[in-house]
Amino acid sequence: MIHSLFLVNSSGDIFLEKHWKSVVSRSVCDYFFEAQERASEPENVPPVIPTPHHYLISVLRHRIYFVAVIQSEVPPLFVIEFLHRVVDTFQDYFGLCTEAAIKDNVVVVYELLEEMLDNGFPLATESNILKELIKPPTILRTVVNTITGSTNVGEQLPTGQLSVVPWRRTGVKYTNNEAYFDVVEEIDAIIDKSGSTITAEIQGVIDACVKLTGMPDLTLSFMNPRLLDDVSFHPCVRFKRWEAERILSFIPPDGNFRLLSYHVSSQNLVAIPVYVKHNITFREGSSQGRFELTLGPKQTMGKAVESVLVSSQLPRGVLNANLNASQGTYTFDPVTKLLTWDVGKINPQKLPSLKGSMSLQAGASKPDENPTIIIQFKIQQMAISGLKVNRLDMYGEKYKPFKGIKYMTKAGKFQRISCLKDNVVWKTLQPIPALISKDSSVVSGLMFAQPVRHSQ
Amino acid sequence: MSSGSGFGDEKGGSSSVGEPEYGHDPASGGIFSSDYKRHDDLKEMLDSNKDSLKLEAMKRIVAMIARGKNASDLFPAVVKNVACKNIEVKKLVYVYLVRYAEEQQDLALLSISTFQRGLKDPNQLIRASALRVLSSIRVTIIVPIMMLAIKEAASDMSPYVRKTAAHAIPKLYSLDPEQKDQLIEVIEKLLADKTTLVAGSVVMAFEEVCPERIDLIHKNYRKLCNLLIDVEEWGQVVIINMLTRYARTQFLNPNVNVKSDLIKSNPLGEKAFYGSDDEEGKEEKAEAAALAKRKPYVMDPDHRLLLRNTKPLLQSRNAAVVMAVAQLYFHLAPKAEVGVIAKALVRLMRSHSEVQYVVLQNVATMTIKRRGMFEPYLKSFYIRSTDPTQIKILKLEVLTNLANETNISTILREFQTYIKSMDKDFVAATIQAIGRCATNIGEVRDTCLNGLVQLLSNRDELVVAESVVVIKKLLQMQPEQHSDIIKHMAKLTDNIQVPMARASILWLIGEYCEHVPKIAPDVLRKMAKTFTNEEDIVKLQIINLAAKLYLTNSKQTKLLTQYVLNLAKYDQNYDIRDRARFIRQLIVPTDKSGALSKYAKKLFLALKPAPVLESPFKDRDHFQLGSLSHLLNAKAGGYQELPDWPETAPDPSVRNVEVPEWTKCSSREKRKEKKVEKPFYSDSEEESGPTESADSESDSASGSGSGSESEESGSGSESEESREESESEQEDKEDEEDKRKKKKKTDRGKVKAPAVESPERFFFIFSRFRFLILEVQRLASDSCSLRTSCRRWHKKTIAPSGSVKTYELLHRITGEGLGVEYCFSRQPFSPDAHMVAVQIMFTNNTNAETKNLHVEDPKLQSGMRIKEFPEIELLPPGEMVTVVMGIDFCDSTQAANFQLCTHIRKFFVSIQPPVGELMMPVFMTENEFKKEQGQLMGMNEISEKLTLGEKCQNEHGIVQRVTSAANVSRSSCSSSLKSNLQVCRKDGVQWDFSVGYCDGDWHNAGEGYSTGPNPVAP
Repeated sequence: MIHSLFLVNSSGDIFLEKHWKSVVSRSVCDYFFEAQERASEPENVPPVIPTPHHYLISVLRHRIYFVAVIQSEVPPLFVIEFLHRVVDTFQDYFGLCTEAAIKDNVVVVYELLEEMLDNGFPLATESNILKELIKPPTILRTVVNTITGSTNVGEQLPTGQLSVVPWRRTGVKYTNNEAYFDVVEEIDAIIDKSGSTITAEIQGVIDACVKLTGMPDLTLSFMNPRLLDDVSFHPCVRFKRWEAERILSFIPPDGNFRLLSYHVSSQNLVAIPVYVKHNITFREGSSQGRFELTLGPKQTMGKAVESVLVSSQLPRGVLNANLNASQGTYTFDPVTKLLTWDVGKINPQKLPSLKGSMSLQAGASKPDENPTIIIQFKIQQMAISGLKVNRLDMYGEKYKPFKGIKYMTKAGKFQRISCLKDNVVWKTLQPIPALISKDSSVVSGLMFAQPVRHSQ
Repeated sequence: MSSGSGFGDEKGGSSSVGEPEYGHDPASGGIFSSDYKRHDDLKEMLDSNKDSLKLEAMKRIVAMIARGKNASDLFPAVVKNVACKNIEVKKLVYVYLVRYAEEQQDLALLSISTFQRGLKDPNQLIRASALRVLSSIRVTIIVPIMMLAIKEAASDMSPYVRKTAAHAIPKLYSLDPEQKDQLIEVIEKLLADKTTLVAGSVVMAFEEVCPERIDLIHKNYRKLCNLLIDVEEWGQVVIINMLTRYARTQFLNPNVNVKSDLIKSNPLGEKAFYGSDDEEGKEEKAEAAALAKRKPYVMDPDHRLLLRNTKPLLQSRNAAVVMAVAQLYFHLAPKAEVGVIAKALVRLMRSHSEVQYVVLQNVATMTIKRRGMFEPYLKSFYIRSTDPTQIKILKLEVLTNLANETNISTILREFQTYIKSMDKDFVAATIQAIGRCATNIGEVRDTCLNGLVQLLSNRDELVVAESVVVIKKLLQMQPEQHSDIIKHMAKLTDNIQVPMARASILWLIGEYCEHVPKIAPDVLRKMAKTFTNEEDIVKLQIINLAAKLYLTNSKQTKLLTQYVLNLAKYDQNYDIRDRARFIRQLIVPTDKSGALSKYAKKLFLALKPAPVLESPFKDRDHFQLGSLSHLLNAKAGGYQELPDWPETAPDPSVRNVEVPEWTKCSSREKRKEKKVEKPFYSDSEEESGPTESADSESDSASGSGSGSESEESGSGSESEESREESESEQEDKEDEEDKRKKKKKTDRGKVKAPAVESPERFFFIFSRFRFLILEVQRLASDSCSLRTSCRRWHKKTIAPSGSVKTYELLHRITGEGLGVEYCFSRQPFSPDAHMVAVQIMFTNNTNAETKNLHVEDPKLQSGMRIKEFPEIELLPPGEMVTVVMGIDFCDSTQAANFQLCTHIRKFFVSIQPPVGELMMPVFMTENEFKKEQGQLMGMNEISEKLTLGEKCQNEHGIVQRVTSAANVSRSSCSSSLKSNLQVCRKDGVQWDFSVGYCDGDWHNAGEGYSTGPNPVAP
């Protein structure tokens, strides 16, 4: 299926290649570079590129293109999903999936790729199995290895692949047995100028960090499972049990994993926790424009709105912005025309605002694009959908684990914040949400509503 | 440096031979020497005794390979380390070997013996990895070795090794397609495998090697459906795609009636009645009426099985699996059920943009056929400013496809915001989309047109140009009412520079010049002035305009047309020159002008059909959705066409998995055949056989009591050994205890209640009993150790199966009134422990007495012995008498022939034992069983076939049939999921009959292999 893999960095260099079948010359990537040149933005490179003899399927993550070469029919999603799994694995192993990290660990990368695919067909993609086969590099181990010359490859042959629960390592031992669950919800919303919601939906995930000895069998139940409209599970979750009782029953993988992702049905009204008042105007003939923006909390159940970040792509005609922020700092990039305002925490008593003027190119006509305002925020200890975990029980082992549940709401179209989202670790929850408020105000009147008259 | 390494590359493996510095100038020589030095240094490290040095060298070499540098000259030095003890060095050597073996075929052969050794290793993981590397070495000369290794591994006892064998099949096939036939045999064998681990890989091999051999799937279809949820996610994708194709060839179109109903109008009489009903009601009734008329469609239960078993996978976290199920439903499900996939597909829209891209492409195709499905999710396709352009355009496509009378106003409002976007490509696409909405939905055509006309005054030229093109298409539909728009556009020619837009305007004016009689000649005048500076496409339209005007209004435009044609005659572009020449001949009347010029007006001013604004995704669904070919809208290599539904359903019974009759005569022949074919039997299949998981505990409880005496004989003789063994037994018991506890706990959490048998479950079991393979095995030649183990088990013998089957020895007609039946009583034959007790029942159906019944003249195979029953003096008429005789069958199922004599006659009779009767039931723990099993080498196999009749419609029935055929009963074991029945023969030769199955629950897959002790590497 997958013939070869090329890793291409943002400057267009192939810095790693791996072949699972006969060697495919790296010149095949020229087709990819052509497509890359044609695309205006890095993310606009088509994921599937046909070439005379091969097909190139690529994904872009962390500014690295993972280009897979295939020769015959294969479901494209199969390859794409696999490539993302490769990136996830690298991230899991090296913390960051950057060109430098991959180059530093090139041998481990190669060993991983060798195990993950056999003849182009996925063999072992479960992180728990891989970690048994190839130990992730840690600083301590690197030091020890340099001194003793020992290896990262597991001494024992792994049995995980043969296991009934391939996602879990055997013989796990911890002194502190802990199970943490993060309920993280994201709001995606499009709000028009008047503040009314065009669409709003809540997507949630439950990320878990389970460090339990032995083979625990966990059940997690919710107070209000009916909220969950559409769910997808980690393979460990017993589907039939969920169907019958709405209980999550599973033998967890060891370490971090995503237990569940869900969608809250759009029938439920989504309470938008933040409101924005803004006024962006340009006058015809003048080289000045006014910019006013105020933020305020709304329906947050007394929880503070934190890490607020506002960004807006101003029209191309704007030369500079001279603004005054009541709190936080703002930056304006005159090249990309991107205005960002790091607000911080919203104080309900004293609402943050950003006011000032924009200077336009002399002689330029009034821009007719309407700037979109993207707002990111997070609210701790609250799941905006109201989802509540009822209880977590453990069977199969005797000890008492420490259990923790954490809720948090963030918002956002995740493509923009993907790099942050991947860093969700229990201790330092730092996802930055984004509430997209699309300003449809500047649309000049009812364009389609009124018939145009042509005076003759 | 690069030149240096390039030179090294050319030299390849021979570089170590010569001294390349000779004759080179000093500078380049320096580079070369350093290059070689580096490699020399690596070679030295590889030759050293220290693993750490070797490892360091290998790491550097692998890093070179990763960067795409050539390291092939190190081949001899590296390949020496293939047998290195250090596991990481070994792995890296493998990486190197697989990469360069193809280039250095001869040297690569040096490593083969290492892998061949590995193939025989007792550790399954080592066997697997040896096979994996061996099969990855692309050297044609080792094809026979690979073939042999694959064949052997395909019947390995470890499912992991079998999985690796399945992976190796496509590798060998790509290396040597000649092997196809042999490989298909292996695939067939592996397809019958029951473990989830193997299923995905073998179907992948099937797809690569012989996707056309759909007949191989029949017998495994139900099994695959049932295993599906437990197969790893990548395998699921492959299996689902294959099953989609399979179902298309085997089942009937579930929508065939529905579709024709929609097309067919109601009969006249009915129309009046149903006219008032709402749409749905009408449809339903029409459907019902039609259904009543024709043969009603009944879905094949297997078709239903597939749909039901794939549905939960829509919840998978793997987008590829979700997509595979979605396409399966789209292609196979009845119309009413397809809706379930919409939600899952919409969920995928949250994923990475590449996933979105592929999903949206497929959604776009689906929305053309099944618009209703995605309508509730309209808002999920709204475009966000952060989406990449290619996603935006696809979403736009979906929104356009979803537009209908009810939601068009919402969609148009949304489109208005998009037009203000800064992404110009996207704006252009939006304008196109508006045009398509306008053509598709008549109600909004005017609104859209007006909106688009307003866009003509937009500042951005691209927007204007795109609008012009779209307006042109819209106007073609109803030009009469819109002469003012045409006039408006005519004015735009002064400003607009985009060639496509200019061309569109000119075409419009030319086409409808009668609606704008005053303006058109003026436009031509202006265009004639700028003709030389125009783009080709515009020039062509100017010529067109000129021609049309000449035909309609020659008085005003004759000279202008001549002028334009003259200009065109000397144009650089030959297309334009040709066109000019052609048109001149056609329209300007000359003496020589042919017949055609009479029709010039008709030719040029014919009514042109309005262009149909179609989705580019129309008709893409003839490609299987989710496939690469669908995405590219072109057939990719290796794409398997999705067949059309058959007109009539092929025989559904091909999927029935039958266990043909156990007949005495044929069974022997078959056995012989098999033995010829396969000299070796691995223990791979020993899971086959009947058992039931759910109620095994109760089984064991009831079974524990009665069979104990049958062991008594063994215990008596071997009492000393029993003491020695007792300790180890104790341990085993403890293990067993632990496991049982654990199992119970996991069972509690289990989702599937095994007690409730769904029909598919039954089919599944049904299928696995197609071949009942009893594996019979002589354990070890020294009976001592064997008896020891017999002794050990004595305390926990299990009951012989409840029902004892009676066989006919002599029919009462052939026996002239004497009917003789026999059965295996399964009691110990006390006079001789090696003999099997056979109970013989004589019935006298005559009116006279029968006297002196006895056995005479036994004709036995060598080694067989017989212990006759005491002579029966007298059997009165109508009476029945039972005697017991002992036969030592000596491990074979050969018949014992002898004569049965009465006082007047002799009858030749024979007793043939079914396999099960040669065994003695013994209870043993799973661990013990495994231990014993592990020692079994070189198997005998006896296979029989059973035909299951109509009556066997549930699991119980089948299990009964199978157990009765094999003459064994179900036993329990530690886990409720897998049962092993160990039967021991009385004469100290152990027969091993393992039965077990894993039920459909994923948590239990491969249970039998994971819970046991791992094999220890020597």
